[in-house]
Amino acid sequence: MNENLFTSFTSPTMMGFPVVMLIILFPSIMFPSPDRLINNRLASIQQWLIQLTSKQMMSIHNHKGQTWTLMLMSLIMFIGSTNLLGLLPHSFTPTTQLSMNLGMAIPLWAGAVITGFRYKTKASLAHFLPQGTPLPLIPMLVIIETISLFIQPIALAVRLTANITAGHLLMHLIGGATLALTNISMTTALITFIILILLTILEFAVALIQAYVFTLLVSLYLHDNT
Amino acid sequence: MASVVPLKEKKLMDVKLGELPSWILMRDFTPKGIAGAFRRGYYRYYNKYVNVKKGGVAGISMVLAAYVLFNYCRCYKELKHERLRKYH
Repeated sequence: MNENLFTSFTSPTMMGFPVVMLIILFPSIMFPSPDRLINNRLASIQQWLIQLTSKQMMSIHNHKGQTWTLMLMSLIMFIGSTNLLGLLPHSFTPTTQLSMNLGMAIPLWAGAVITGFRYKTKASLAHFLPQGTPLPLIPMLVIIETISLFIQPIALAVRLTANITAGHLLMHLIGGATLALTNISMTTALITFIILILLTILEFAVALIQAYVFTLLVSLYLHDNT
Repeated sequence: MASVVPLKEKKLMDVKLGELPSWILMRDFTPKGIAGAFRRGYYRYYNKYVNVKKGGVAGISMVLAAYVLFNYCRCYKELKHERLRKYH
């Protein structure tokens, strides 16, 4: 049981052929590009959702920050669709791999910070010291703020990985427990099954929320730095 | 047996069984040709099921079902051991 709990998180190969690239590229099929004024229903629904999200998320930025809209919208679409597709049975979720989340978090965070240092150097350096701190505390506080700055990309990546992986693991465990309990006591199995249903509803929410949180934090780092 | 229409332009359903090997060999197997085949297949599905005035849930659920099936085939080797059998 120990080995096959984690085999669903290994890099997927099919008869020795790595198909992980195909699985990462699969969600792009689900998003057709709207080419007309009035599109088919799938494209119209996606268009409406993206307009809703982009207005809500990018309204706080100034003109310079709004140039990042395409990046952030495609980020939230990618993470959201990848997480939701991972809830299908037997599927592989690329966002459970820390390598991929680090690959998303570090460049975006670094881009925001470097933009801040290039164009508003004084303001970016001023972020290291909150207003109104007593004089003796200043050295320690600068060190703490520097550490908290460098932890941001790691926290972004680990948050996404841990949430999605923990959700999948819990579903595997509770599903296995339900199956094993059907032979022992049907009532307990039914209760466990209801827990599994509630957990699945939670996982749908978590899939979307994690995408939102990731994108929102990147946009906050951007707001600080533009 | 001579055909009235040249072999290259026939669709698969019109090709006679004896002409099948030469028809297959005449297909375009370059990377550009294979990419073109995938693109044609994608647009055939898309225009039939999704890009219609009143598309339903069937358009994407068929794709998702095929995705689930693909992933099942991918991990069949590990799933084999979890069947309800007396001897594995």
